[in-house]
Amino acid sequence: MTITSSNRRRVRDAGPSGWLAAPALAFFLVFAVVPLAGVVFLSFTSWDGLREIRLEGLASWTTVLTDPVTGNALLVTAKIVFFSFIVQAPISLLLGVFTAGSQKYRAALAVLYFLPLLLSSAAVAIAFKALLDPNFGLGPGLQVPLLIQDWLGNSDLVLFVVVFVIAWQFVPFHTLIYQGGVRQIPTSLYEAAEIDGAGRVRQFLNITLPQLKYTIITSSTLMVVGSLAYFDLIFVLTGGGPGYSTRLLPLHMYLTGFKANDMGAASALGVILIVIGLGLALLLQRLGGKNRNDSQLEGA
Amino acid sequence: MASTTQLPAAPEAPVLTHAAPRLNSRRAGRRRPNLPGGLGGWLWLAVIVLPIYYVVITSLKNQAGFFATNPMLPPAEPTLDNYRLVLENDFARYFLNSVVVTLGTVIPALFVSFMAAYAIVRGKGRFVNWTNNLFLLGLAIPLHATIIPIYWMITRAHLYDTLLALILPSIAFAIPVSVLILSNFMRDVPNELFESMRLDGCSDWAMLWRLALPMTKPAVITVGIYNALHVWNGFLFPLILTQSPATRVLPLSLWTFQGEFSVNIPAVLASVVLATLPLLVLYIVARRQLISGLTAGFSK
Repeated sequence: MTITSSNRRRVRDAGPSGWLAAPALAFFLVFAVVPLAGVVFLSFTSWDGLREIRLEGLASWTTVLTDPVTGNALLVTAKIVFFSFIVQAPISLLLGVFTAGSQKYRAALAVLYFLPLLLSSAAVAIAFKALLDPNFGLGPGLQVPLLIQDWLGNSDLVLFVVVFVIAWQFVPFHTLIYQGGVRQIPTSLYEAAEIDGAGRVRQFLNITLPQLKYTIITSSTLMVVGSLAYFDLIFVLTGGGPGYSTRLLPLHMYLTGFKANDMGAASALGVILIVIGLGLALLLQRLGGKNRNDSQLEGA
Repeated sequence: MASTTQLPAAPEAPVLTHAAPRLNSRRAGRRRPNLPGGLGGWLWLAVIVLPIYYVVITSLKNQAGFFATNPMLPPAEPTLDNYRLVLENDFARYFLNSVVVTLGTVIPALFVSFMAAYAIVRGKGRFVNWTNNLFLLGLAIPLHATIIPIYWMITRAHLYDTLLALILPSIAFAIPVSVLILSNFMRDVPNELFESMRLDGCSDWAMLWRLALPMTKPAVITVGIYNALHVWNGFLFPLILTQSPATRVLPLSLWTFQGEFSVNIPAVLASVVLATLPLLVLYIVARRQLISGLTAGFSK
Protein backbone atom coordinates (compact mmCIF):
# COMPACT_ATOMS: atom_id res chain seq x y z
CA MET A 1 0.00 0.00 0.00
CA THR A 2 2.93 2.34 -0.53
CA ILE A 3 1.77 5.73 -1.68
CA THR A 4 4.19 6.17 -4.53
CA SER A 5 4.15 8.33 -7.59
CA SER A 6 2.47 5.70 -9.75
CA ASN A 7 -0.65 7.70 -10.52
CA ARG A 8 0.79 11.11 -9.88
CA ARG A 9 1.86 13.56 -12.51
CA ARG A 10 4.96 15.00 -10.94
CA VAL A 11 7.47 12.90 -9.08
CA ARG A 12 8.33 15.61 -6.59
CA ASP A 13 4.76 15.65 -5.33
CA ALA A 14 5.09 12.10 -4.11
CA GLY A 15 4.40 11.89 -0.40
CA PRO A 16 6.22 9.57 1.93
CA SER A 17 5.47 5.93 2.27
CA GLY A 18 2.30 5.21 4.17
CA TRP A 19 4.19 2.48 5.94
CA LEU A 20 5.67 5.07 8.25
CA ALA A 21 2.27 5.02 9.93
CA ALA A 22 2.36 1.25 10.30
CA PRO A 23 4.04 0.92 13.73
CA ALA A 24 1.58 3.34 15.33
CA LEU A 25 -1.27 1.65 13.54
CA ALA A 26 -0.12 -1.77 14.69
CA PHE A 27 0.01 -0.72 18.35
CA PHE A 28 -3.36 0.92 18.07
CA LEU A 29 -4.93 -2.02 16.31
CA VAL A 30 -3.63 -4.57 18.81
CA PHE A 31 -4.31 -2.66 22.02
CA ALA A 32 -7.32 -0.52 21.12
CA VAL A 33 -9.19 -1.77 18.06
CA VAL A 34 -8.95 -5.49 18.79
CA PRO A 35 -10.05 -4.92 22.43
CA LEU A 36 -12.86 -2.78 21.05
CA ALA A 37 -14.07 -5.76 19.08
CA GLY A 38 -13.18 -8.00 22.02
CA VAL A 39 -15.41 -6.17 24.43
CA VAL A 40 -18.36 -6.63 22.07
CA PHE A 41 -17.54 -10.34 21.76
CA LEU A 42 -17.10 -10.82 25.50
CA SER A 43 -20.46 -9.24 26.16
CA PHE A 44 -22.02 -12.35 24.61
CA THR A 45 -20.03 -14.72 26.80
CA SER A 46 -19.81 -15.77 30.37
CA TRP A 47 -16.38 -15.49 31.96
CA ASP A 48 -15.22 -15.12 35.53
CA GLY A 49 -11.79 -13.82 34.56
CA LEU A 50 -9.98 -17.09 35.18
CA ARG A 51 -11.70 -20.13 33.70
CA GLU A 52 -12.80 -20.81 30.14
CA ILE A 53 -14.78 -18.23 28.21
CA ARG A 54 -18.16 -19.67 27.22
CA LEU A 55 -20.54 -18.27 24.63
CA GLU A 56 -23.79 -17.37 26.32
CA GLY A 57 -25.73 -15.39 23.79
CA LEU A 58 -27.72 -12.54 25.25
CA ALA A 59 -27.58 -13.68 28.88
CA SER A 60 -25.19 -10.94 30.01
CA TRP A 61 -27.16 -8.32 28.17
CA THR A 62 -30.37 -9.47 29.79
CA THR A 63 -28.72 -9.34 33.20
CA VAL A 64 -27.28 -5.90 32.62
CA LEU A 65 -30.35 -4.37 31.05
CA THR A 66 -32.74 -5.66 33.71
CA ASP A 67 -30.46 -4.80 36.64
CA PRO A 68 -31.71 -1.61 38.35
CA VAL A 69 -28.09 -0.86 39.33
CA THR A 70 -27.29 -0.35 35.63
CA GLY A 71 -30.04 2.21 35.29
CA ASN A 72 -28.80 3.90 38.42
CA ALA A 73 -25.22 3.92 37.10
CA LEU A 74 -26.44 5.50 33.86
CA LEU A 75 -28.30 8.14 35.82
CA VAL A 76 -25.29 8.87 38.04
CA THR A 77 -23.07 9.07 34.97
CA ALA A 78 -25.47 11.44 33.23
CA LYS A 79 -25.66 13.63 36.33
CA ILE A 80 -21.89 13.73 36.74
CA VAL A 81 -21.27 14.47 33.05
CA PHE A 82 -23.96 17.15 33.03
CA PHE A 83 -23.05 18.91 36.26
CA SER A 84 -19.31 18.66 35.56
CA PHE A 85 -19.89 20.32 32.24
CA ILE A 86 -22.14 23.03 33.68
CA VAL A 87 -19.59 23.80 36.38
CA GLN A 88 -16.36 23.41 34.45
CA ALA A 89 -17.15 24.97 31.08
CA PRO A 90 -17.98 28.51 32.26
CA ILE A 91 -15.26 28.59 34.92
CA SER A 92 -12.54 27.44 32.54
CA LEU A 93 -13.77 29.76 29.80
CA LEU A 94 -13.71 32.79 32.09
CA LEU A 95 -10.41 31.83 33.69
CA GLY A 96 -8.94 31.21 30.26
CA VAL A 97 -9.97 34.68 29.10
CA PHE A 98 -8.70 36.13 32.37
CA THR A 99 -5.29 34.44 32.29
CA ALA A 100 -4.80 35.33 28.63
CA GLY A 101 -4.36 38.92 29.77
CA SER A 102 -0.84 40.08 30.17
CA GLN A 103 -0.45 41.68 33.59
CA LYS A 104 2.29 40.23 35.71
CA TYR A 105 -0.01 39.31 38.59
CA ARG A 106 -2.11 37.18 36.30
CA ALA A 107 0.99 35.28 35.27
CA ALA A 108 1.78 34.76 38.94
CA LEU A 109 -1.75 33.51 39.62
CA ALA A 110 -1.55 31.20 36.64
CA VAL A 111 1.54 29.48 38.10
CA LEU A 112 -0.63 28.32 41.00
CA TYR A 113 -3.77 27.71 38.92
CA PHE A 114 -2.09 24.96 36.99
CA LEU A 115 -0.78 23.02 39.97
CA PRO A 116 -3.66 20.50 39.95
CA LEU A 117 -2.47 19.40 36.49
CA LEU A 118 0.45 17.73 38.22
CA LEU A 119 -1.48 15.67 40.73
CA SER A 120 -2.69 12.17 40.04
CA SER A 121 -6.38 11.52 40.58
CA ALA A 122 -5.46 9.17 43.40
CA ALA A 123 -3.55 11.96 45.12
CA VAL A 124 -6.39 14.43 44.60
CA ALA A 125 -8.93 11.98 45.95
CA ILE A 126 -6.87 11.18 49.04
CA ALA A 127 -6.25 14.87 49.69
CA PHE A 128 -9.94 15.73 49.49
CA LYS A 129 -10.92 12.76 51.57
CA ALA A 130 -8.79 14.14 54.36
CA LEU A 131 -9.88 17.71 53.76
CA LEU A 132 -13.57 16.82 53.88
CA ASP A 133 -13.26 14.71 57.00
CA PRO A 134 -16.06 15.79 59.35
CA ASN A 135 -13.73 15.65 62.37
CA PHE A 136 -10.33 16.77 61.19
CA GLY A 137 -10.91 18.62 57.91
CA LEU A 138 -11.83 22.00 56.58
CA GLY A 139 -15.16 22.36 58.40
CA PRO A 140 -13.94 22.02 61.96
CA GLY A 141 -10.82 23.93 60.99
CA LEU A 142 -12.62 27.01 59.82
CA GLN A 143 -15.30 26.64 62.50
CA VAL A 144 -18.06 27.32 59.99
CA PRO A 145 -21.05 25.19 61.04
CA LEU A 146 -22.28 24.96 57.45
CA LEU A 147 -19.00 23.34 56.44
CA ILE A 148 -19.12 20.71 59.16
CA GLN A 149 -20.85 17.97 57.19
CA ASP A 150 -20.25 14.36 56.47
CA TRP A 151 -19.60 15.35 52.86
CA LEU A 152 -18.75 11.91 51.57
CA GLY A 153 -21.15 9.97 53.76
CA ASN A 154 -24.28 11.88 52.85
CA SER A 155 -25.85 10.47 49.72
CA ASP A 156 -27.58 13.77 48.93
CA LEU A 157 -24.35 15.75 49.05
CA VAL A 158 -21.75 13.34 47.76
CA LEU A 159 -22.53 13.75 44.06
CA PHE A 160 -21.92 17.47 44.25
CA VAL A 161 -18.73 16.93 46.19
CA VAL A 162 -17.58 14.61 43.41
CA VAL A 163 -18.48 17.21 40.78
CA PHE A 164 -16.56 19.83 42.74
CA VAL A 165 -13.45 17.69 43.09
CA ILE A 166 -13.57 16.82 39.39
CA ALA A 167 -13.75 20.53 38.62
CA TRP A 168 -10.86 21.22 40.96
CA GLN A 169 -8.72 18.75 39.09
CA PHE A 170 -9.76 19.39 35.50
CA VAL A 171 -10.65 23.10 35.27
CA PRO A 172 -6.93 24.00 35.09
CA PHE A 173 -6.46 21.87 31.99
CA HIS A 174 -9.43 23.41 30.20
CA THR A 175 -8.38 26.87 31.35
CA LEU A 176 -5.14 26.21 29.54
CA ILE A 177 -6.96 25.28 26.35
CA TYR A 178 -9.07 28.44 26.50
CA GLN A 179 -6.07 30.58 27.32
CA GLY A 180 -4.41 29.36 24.14
CA GLY A 181 -7.58 29.94 22.16
CA VAL A 182 -7.99 33.50 23.40
CA ARG A 183 -4.39 34.33 22.60
CA GLN A 184 -5.02 33.45 18.98
CA ILE A 185 -7.82 35.97 18.57
CA PRO A 186 -6.47 38.88 16.51
CA THR A 187 -6.00 41.99 18.66
CA SER A 188 -7.27 44.13 15.82
CA LEU A 189 -10.81 42.87 16.46
CA TYR A 190 -10.75 44.30 19.96
CA GLU A 191 -9.19 47.53 18.77
CA ALA A 192 -11.95 47.96 16.23
CA ALA A 193 -14.60 47.21 18.85
CA GLU A 194 -12.94 49.69 21.17
CA ILE A 195 -13.20 52.38 18.54
CA ASP A 196 -16.86 51.53 18.05
CA GLY A 197 -17.33 52.01 21.78
CA ALA A 198 -18.11 48.43 22.69
CA GLY A 199 -17.74 47.66 26.37
CA ARG A 200 -16.07 44.66 27.90
CA VAL A 201 -19.20 42.56 28.06
CA ARG A 202 -20.09 43.29 24.44
CA GLN A 203 -16.55 42.51 23.37
CA PHE A 204 -16.74 39.22 25.22
CA LEU A 205 -20.10 38.28 23.71
CA ASN A 206 -19.49 39.52 20.19
CA ILE A 207 -15.80 38.79 19.67
CA THR A 208 -14.37 36.40 22.23
CA LEU A 209 -17.18 33.85 22.28
CA PRO A 210 -17.66 33.49 18.50
CA GLN A 211 -13.91 33.39 17.94
CA LEU A 212 -13.59 30.64 20.51
CA LYS A 213 -16.19 28.44 18.84
CA TYR A 214 -13.81 25.65 17.92
CA THR A 215 -11.94 25.90 21.18
CA ILE A 216 -15.25 25.46 22.97
CA ILE A 217 -16.01 22.36 20.91
CA THR A 218 -12.60 20.85 21.58
CA SER A 219 -12.74 21.54 25.27
CA SER A 220 -16.32 20.30 25.56
CA THR A 221 -15.56 17.11 23.70
CA LEU A 222 -12.56 16.38 25.87
CA MET A 223 -14.62 17.26 28.94
CA VAL A 224 -17.54 15.00 28.11
CA VAL A 225 -15.57 12.03 26.80
CA GLY A 226 -13.14 12.52 29.69
CA SER A 227 -15.89 12.49 32.28
CA LEU A 228 -17.19 9.22 30.86
CA ALA A 229 -13.83 7.75 31.79
CA TYR A 230 -13.66 9.18 35.33
CA PHE A 231 -12.71 6.26 37.37
CA ASP A 232 -9.64 6.74 39.54
CA LEU A 233 -10.89 9.85 41.28
CA ILE A 234 -14.27 8.44 42.26
CA PHE A 235 -12.90 4.97 42.96
CA VAL A 236 -10.50 6.37 45.56
CA LEU A 237 -12.73 9.18 46.85
CA THR A 238 -16.01 7.35 47.45
CA GLY A 239 -15.66 3.84 46.03
CA GLY A 240 -19.03 4.50 44.41
CA GLY A 241 -20.84 5.02 47.68
CA PRO A 242 -22.49 5.64 49.94
CA GLY A 243 -24.78 2.97 48.61
CA TYR A 244 -24.79 3.38 44.86
CA SER A 245 -24.93 7.16 44.89
CA THR A 246 -21.65 7.80 43.03
CA ARG A 247 -21.32 4.49 41.22
CA LEU A 248 -21.01 5.75 37.69
CA LEU A 249 -20.73 3.53 34.63
CA PRO A 250 -16.93 2.94 34.43
CA LEU A 251 -16.82 2.17 38.14
CA HIS A 252 -19.85 -0.11 37.84
CA MET A 253 -18.07 -1.88 34.99
CA TYR A 254 -14.91 -2.36 37.05
CA LEU A 255 -16.77 -3.62 40.11
CA THR A 256 -18.92 -5.98 38.04
CA GLY A 257 -15.91 -7.40 36.21
CA PHE A 258 -13.12 -7.47 38.73
CA LYS A 259 -14.95 -7.64 42.06
CA ALA A 260 -18.08 -9.62 41.18
CA ASN A 261 -16.09 -11.61 38.56
CA ASP A 262 -18.76 -11.26 35.91
CA MET A 263 -16.71 -10.22 32.88
CA GLY A 264 -19.58 -10.84 30.47
CA ALA A 265 -21.85 -8.32 32.16
CA ALA A 266 -18.93 -5.93 32.62
CA SER A 267 -18.21 -6.13 28.89
CA ALA A 268 -21.82 -5.31 28.09
CA LEU A 269 -21.44 -2.24 30.31
CA GLY A 270 -18.23 -1.41 28.44
CA VAL A 271 -20.08 -1.54 25.14
CA ILE A 272 -22.75 0.80 26.51
CA LEU A 273 -20.01 3.18 27.63
CA ILE A 274 -18.38 3.17 24.20
CA VAL A 275 -21.69 3.78 22.42
CA ILE A 276 -22.53 6.70 24.70
CA GLY A 277 -19.05 8.21 24.33
CA LEU A 278 -19.08 7.97 20.58
CA GLY A 279 -22.62 9.31 20.38
CA LEU A 280 -21.85 12.32 22.54
CA ALA A 281 -18.64 13.09 20.68
CA LEU A 282 -20.38 12.94 17.31
CA LEU A 283 -23.20 15.10 18.63
CA LEU A 284 -20.76 17.74 19.82
CA GLN A 285 -18.96 17.72 16.49
CA ARG A 286 -22.27 18.05 14.67
CA LEU A 287 -23.27 21.00 16.83
CA GLY A 288 -20.00 22.63 15.87
CA GLY A 289 -20.85 22.70 12.17
CA LYS A 290 -19.15 21.03 9.26
CA ASN A 291 -17.12 23.78 7.70
CA ARG A 292 -13.85 22.48 9.06
CA ASN A 293 -12.04 19.34 8.17
CA ASP A 294 -12.07 16.39 10.52
CA SER A 295 -8.70 16.77 12.10
CA GLN A 296 -9.30 20.33 13.08
CA LEU A 297 -12.73 19.55 14.40
CA GLU A 298 -11.31 17.03 16.77
CA GLY A 299 -8.35 18.93 17.91
CA ALA A 300 -8.85 22.60 17.29
CA MET B 1 -7.51 44.86 40.93
CA ALA B 2 -6.29 44.61 37.39
CA SER B 3 -3.60 47.23 37.64
CA THR B 4 -2.97 48.98 34.40
CA THR B 5 0.63 49.72 35.26
CA GLN B 6 1.78 48.37 31.94
CA LEU B 7 -0.38 50.77 30.02
CA PRO B 8 0.36 54.21 31.32
CA ALA B 9 -0.71 56.08 28.21
CA ALA B 10 -4.26 54.96 27.69
CA PRO B 11 -6.32 55.39 30.83
CA GLU B 12 -8.40 58.53 30.61
CA ALA B 13 -8.71 59.10 26.88
CA PRO B 14 -12.45 58.83 26.20
CA VAL B 15 -12.09 57.66 22.63
CA LEU B 16 -9.00 55.88 21.43
CA THR B 17 -8.97 57.19 17.94
CA HIS B 18 -5.63 55.81 17.03
CA ALA B 19 -4.09 53.58 19.64
CA ALA B 20 -0.46 52.87 18.92
CA PRO B 21 -0.03 49.20 18.05
CA ARG B 22 0.98 47.30 21.14
CA LEU B 23 2.13 43.97 19.98
CA ASN B 24 2.79 42.19 23.21
CA SER B 25 -0.03 43.37 25.40
CA ARG B 26 -3.13 42.33 23.63
CA ARG B 27 -5.56 43.77 26.12
CA ALA B 28 -4.00 47.15 25.46
CA GLY B 29 -7.33 48.57 24.47
CA ARG B 30 -8.89 47.92 27.85
CA ARG B 31 -8.99 50.94 30.05
CA ARG B 32 -10.95 50.03 33.14
CA PRO B 33 -9.70 47.40 35.54
CA ASN B 34 -11.50 44.11 35.17
CA LEU B 35 -13.00 43.93 38.65
CA PRO B 36 -15.16 40.79 38.34
CA GLY B 37 -12.34 39.01 36.54
CA GLY B 38 -9.87 39.94 39.23
CA LEU B 39 -12.20 38.92 42.06
CA GLY B 40 -13.05 35.64 40.39
CA GLY B 41 -9.39 35.02 39.74
CA TRP B 42 -8.42 35.45 43.37
CA LEU B 43 -11.39 33.38 44.51
CA TRP B 44 -10.37 30.51 42.28
CA LEU B 45 -6.84 30.83 43.58
CA ALA B 46 -8.17 30.21 47.09
CA VAL B 47 -10.08 27.17 45.85
CA ILE B 48 -6.91 25.77 44.30
CA VAL B 49 -4.47 26.60 47.05
CA LEU B 50 -6.46 25.76 50.19
CA PRO B 51 -6.47 21.97 49.70
CA ILE B 52 -2.80 21.98 48.76
CA TYR B 53 -1.97 24.03 51.84
CA TYR B 54 -3.96 21.63 54.03
CA VAL B 55 -2.16 18.59 52.63
CA VAL B 56 1.28 20.10 53.13
CA ILE B 57 0.78 21.34 56.69
CA THR B 58 -0.95 18.14 57.77
CA SER B 59 1.86 16.00 56.38
CA LEU B 60 4.21 17.84 58.74
CA LYS B 61 2.17 17.08 61.88
CA ASN B 62 2.62 14.16 64.20
CA GLN B 63 -0.36 12.07 65.23
CA ALA B 64 -0.94 13.94 68.48
CA GLY B 65 -0.69 17.30 66.75
CA PHE B 66 -3.10 16.12 64.07
CA PHE B 67 -5.79 15.20 66.54
CA ALA B 68 -5.25 18.08 68.92
CA THR B 69 -4.72 21.22 66.88
CA ASN B 70 -6.85 23.25 64.52
CA PRO B 71 -6.54 21.47 61.15
CA MET B 72 -5.99 24.73 59.28
CA LEU B 73 -3.12 25.95 61.42
CA PRO B 74 0.45 24.94 60.64
CA PRO B 75 2.04 22.57 63.15
CA ALA B 76 3.76 24.12 66.16
CA GLU B 77 6.55 21.58 65.85
CA PRO B 78 6.81 20.44 62.25
CA THR B 79 8.18 16.94 61.85
CA LEU B 80 9.49 14.94 58.91
CA ASP B 81 8.73 11.62 60.58
CA ASN B 82 5.84 10.92 58.20
CA TYR B 83 8.13 11.36 55.23
CA ARG B 84 10.67 9.03 56.79
CA LEU B 85 7.96 6.41 57.30
CA VAL B 86 6.85 6.66 53.66
CA LEU B 87 10.39 6.53 52.33
CA GLU B 88 11.11 3.45 54.43
CA ASN B 89 8.09 1.75 52.87
CA ASP B 90 9.60 1.07 49.46
CA PHE B 91 8.76 4.46 48.07
CA ALA B 92 11.99 4.39 46.05
CA ARG B 93 10.96 1.20 44.28
CA TYR B 94 7.52 2.54 43.33
CA PHE B 95 9.17 5.71 42.14
CA LEU B 96 11.58 3.73 39.96
CA ASN B 97 8.71 1.64 38.57
CA SER B 98 6.89 4.85 37.63
CA VAL B 99 10.01 6.16 35.91
CA VAL B 100 10.44 2.93 33.93
CA VAL B 101 6.79 2.79 32.88
CA THR B 102 6.70 6.50 31.97
CA LEU B 103 9.89 6.49 29.89
CA GLY B 104 9.06 3.08 28.45
CA THR B 105 5.76 4.47 27.23
CA VAL B 106 6.58 8.02 26.25
CA ILE B 107 9.66 7.37 24.11
CA PRO B 108 8.20 4.61 21.90
CA ALA B 109 4.87 6.44 21.70
CA LEU B 110 6.62 9.58 20.50
CA PHE B 111 8.66 7.62 18.00
CA VAL B 112 5.76 5.80 16.33
CA SER B 113 3.39 8.78 16.56
CA PHE B 114 5.91 11.06 14.96
CA MET B 115 6.38 8.74 11.99
CA ALA B 116 2.62 8.34 11.67
CA ALA B 117 2.05 12.10 11.80
CA TYR B 118 4.63 12.59 9.08
CA ALA B 119 2.96 9.98 6.89
CA ILE B 120 -0.47 11.51 7.51
CA VAL B 121 0.56 15.08 6.77
CA ARG B 122 2.83 14.44 3.81
CA GLY B 123 1.36 11.26 2.42
CA LYS B 124 -1.70 10.83 0.32
CA GLY B 125 -4.03 7.99 -0.42
CA ARG B 126 -6.63 5.83 1.17
CA PHE B 127 -4.40 3.98 3.60
CA VAL B 128 -3.15 7.19 5.18
CA ASN B 129 -6.60 8.77 5.36
CA TRP B 130 -8.06 5.67 6.84
CA THR B 131 -5.34 5.50 9.48
CA ASN B 132 -5.88 9.14 10.37
CA ASN B 133 -9.63 8.66 10.73
CA LEU B 134 -9.08 5.63 12.92
CA PHE B 135 -6.90 7.64 15.30
CA LEU B 136 -9.45 10.47 15.36
CA LEU B 137 -12.12 7.98 16.27
CA GLY B 138 -9.89 6.80 19.09
CA LEU B 139 -10.07 10.30 20.55
CA ALA B 140 -13.85 10.21 20.70
CA ILE B 141 -14.15 6.82 22.37
CA PRO B 142 -13.58 6.22 26.08
CA LEU B 143 -10.91 3.61 25.44
CA HIS B 144 -10.85 2.54 29.06
CA ALA B 145 -14.05 0.64 28.32
CA THR B 146 -11.82 -1.89 26.55
CA ILE B 147 -9.99 -2.80 29.75
CA ILE B 148 -11.47 -6.30 30.03
CA PRO B 149 -10.17 -7.61 26.68
CA ILE B 150 -6.85 -5.93 27.46
CA TYR B 151 -6.76 -7.79 30.75
CA TRP B 152 -7.50 -11.01 28.88
CA MET B 153 -4.73 -10.37 26.33
CA ILE B 154 -2.17 -9.45 28.96
CA THR B 155 -2.88 -12.56 31.03
CA ARG B 156 -2.80 -14.77 27.92
CA ALA B 157 0.54 -13.27 26.91
CA HIS B 158 1.84 -14.08 30.42
CA LEU B 159 2.58 -10.43 30.99
CA TYR B 160 0.26 -10.00 33.97
CA ASP B 161 1.98 -8.26 36.89
CA THR B 162 4.91 -7.01 34.81
CA LEU B 163 5.82 -3.45 33.96
CA LEU B 164 5.52 -4.33 30.27
CA ALA B 165 1.82 -5.01 30.89
CA LEU B 166 1.45 -1.32 31.73
CA ILE B 167 3.70 -0.03 28.97
CA LEU B 168 2.18 -1.75 25.93
CA PRO B 169 -1.45 -0.58 26.23
CA SER B 170 -0.29 2.83 27.45
CA ILE B 171 1.64 3.32 24.21
CA ALA B 172 -1.45 2.46 22.19
CA PHE B 173 -3.69 4.80 24.19
CA ALA B 174 -1.19 7.64 23.82
CA ILE B 175 -1.13 7.42 20.04
CA PRO B 176 -4.37 9.21 18.98
CA VAL B 177 -3.73 12.46 20.81
CA SER B 178 -0.02 12.39 19.99
CA VAL B 179 -0.60 11.94 16.28
CA LEU B 180 -3.22 14.68 16.34
CA ILE B 181 -0.99 17.29 17.99
CA LEU B 182 2.08 16.36 15.96
CA SER B 183 0.27 16.39 12.64
CA ASN B 184 -1.40 19.72 13.45
CA PHE B 185 2.05 21.20 13.95
CA MET B 186 3.61 19.48 10.98
CA ARG B 187 1.05 20.93 8.60
CA ASP B 188 2.69 24.30 9.17
CA VAL B 189 6.08 23.19 7.86
CA PRO B 190 6.27 24.68 4.35
CA ASN B 191 6.00 22.08 1.64
CA GLU B 192 8.80 23.74 -0.34
CA LEU B 193 11.29 22.68 2.30
CA PHE B 194 10.37 19.05 1.83
CA GLU B 195 10.35 19.39 -1.92
CA SER B 196 13.77 20.94 -2.08
CA MET B 197 15.13 18.21 0.16
CA ARG B 198 13.48 15.69 -2.10
CA LEU B 199 15.17 17.25 -5.11
CA ASP B 200 18.46 16.95 -3.28
CA GLY B 201 17.79 13.24 -3.17
CA CYS B 202 16.85 12.88 0.47
CA SER B 203 14.99 9.80 1.59
CA ASP B 204 11.79 10.01 3.65
CA TRP B 205 13.73 8.79 6.63
CA ALA B 206 16.29 11.60 6.32
CA MET B 207 13.57 14.22 5.85
CA LEU B 208 11.78 12.90 8.88
CA TRP B 209 14.71 13.31 11.24
CA ARG B 210 16.61 16.19 9.65
CA LEU B 211 13.73 18.45 8.67
CA ALA B 212 10.41 17.48 10.25
CA LEU B 213 11.79 16.77 13.71
CA PRO B 214 13.71 20.05 14.17
CA MET B 215 10.77 22.01 12.76
CA THR B 216 8.27 20.47 15.15
CA LYS B 217 10.44 20.25 18.25
CA PRO B 218 7.99 22.27 20.42
CA ALA B 219 5.18 19.89 19.50
CA VAL B 220 7.33 16.86 20.23
CA ILE B 221 8.15 18.25 23.66
CA THR B 222 4.46 19.04 24.26
CA VAL B 223 3.38 15.55 23.36
CA GLY B 224 6.13 14.06 25.47
CA ILE B 225 5.12 16.09 28.52
CA TYR B 226 1.41 15.44 28.05
CA ASN B 227 1.86 11.71 27.75
CA ALA B 228 4.34 11.61 30.60
CA LEU B 229 1.84 13.35 32.90
CA HIS B 230 -0.87 10.92 31.92
CA VAL B 231 1.19 7.79 32.30
CA TRP B 232 2.90 8.93 35.49
CA ASN B 233 -0.50 9.56 37.09
CA GLY B 234 -2.26 6.57 35.52
CA PHE B 235 -4.23 4.43 37.92
CA LEU B 236 -6.57 2.05 36.10
CA PHE B 237 -3.98 0.00 34.20
CA PRO B 238 -1.80 -0.54 37.28
CA LEU B 239 -4.87 -1.44 39.32
CA ILE B 240 -6.00 -4.08 36.86
CA LEU B 241 -2.79 -5.32 35.27
CA THR B 242 -0.44 -5.53 38.24
CA GLN B 243 -0.72 -6.90 41.71
CA SER B 244 2.54 -7.32 43.62
CA PRO B 245 4.54 -4.58 45.37
CA ALA B 246 7.40 -5.31 42.96
CA THR B 247 5.42 -3.83 40.06
CA ARG B 248 3.57 -1.15 42.00
CA VAL B 249 3.68 2.39 40.59
CA LEU B 250 3.27 5.61 42.55
CA PRO B 251 -0.47 6.38 42.17
CA LEU B 252 -1.32 2.83 43.15
CA SER B 253 1.11 3.01 46.06
CA LEU B 254 -0.83 6.01 47.37
CA TRP B 255 -3.97 3.96 47.38
CA THR B 256 -2.46 0.89 49.02
CA PHE B 257 -0.68 3.14 51.48
CA GLN B 258 -3.99 4.69 52.38
CA GLY B 259 -5.28 1.22 53.14
CA GLU B 260 -2.27 0.23 55.24
CA PHE B 261 -2.01 3.45 57.22
CA SER B 262 -5.66 4.44 57.27
CA VAL B 263 -5.43 5.78 60.80
CA ASN B 264 -2.25 7.75 60.14
CA ILE B 265 -3.64 10.50 57.91
CA PRO B 266 -0.54 12.73 58.16
CA ALA B 267 1.56 9.84 56.81
CA VAL B 268 -0.88 9.21 53.96
CA LEU B 269 -0.75 12.89 53.04
CA ALA B 270 3.05 12.82 53.23
CA SER B 271 2.95 10.09 50.59
CA VAL B 272 0.75 12.34 48.46
CA VAL B 273 3.27 15.16 48.75
CA LEU B 274 6.19 12.85 47.98
CA ALA B 275 4.46 11.40 44.91
CA THR B 276 3.78 14.90 43.59
CA LEU B 277 7.21 16.32 44.35
CA PRO B 278 9.02 14.96 41.25
CA LEU B 279 6.42 16.54 38.98
CA LEU B 280 6.54 19.77 40.94
CA VAL B 281 10.31 19.98 40.43
CA LEU B 282 9.79 19.34 36.75
CA TYR B 283 7.09 22.01 36.67
CA ILE B 284 9.34 24.58 38.29
CA VAL B 285 12.19 23.83 35.90
CA ALA B 286 10.14 23.57 32.70
CA ARG B 287 7.01 25.57 33.44
CA ARG B 288 7.19 27.90 30.47
CA GLN B 289 7.80 25.07 28.04
CA LEU B 290 5.11 22.92 29.61
CA ILE B 291 2.39 25.56 29.66
CA SER B 292 3.09 27.08 26.26
CA GLY B 293 3.45 23.65 24.74
CA LEU B 294 0.17 22.37 26.14
CA THR B 295 -1.60 25.60 25.21
CA ALA B 296 -0.43 25.48 21.62
CA GLY B 297 -0.93 21.74 21.38
CA PHE B 298 -4.63 21.90 22.11
CA SER B 299 -5.59 25.28 20.73
CA LYS B 300 -4.15 25.02 17.28
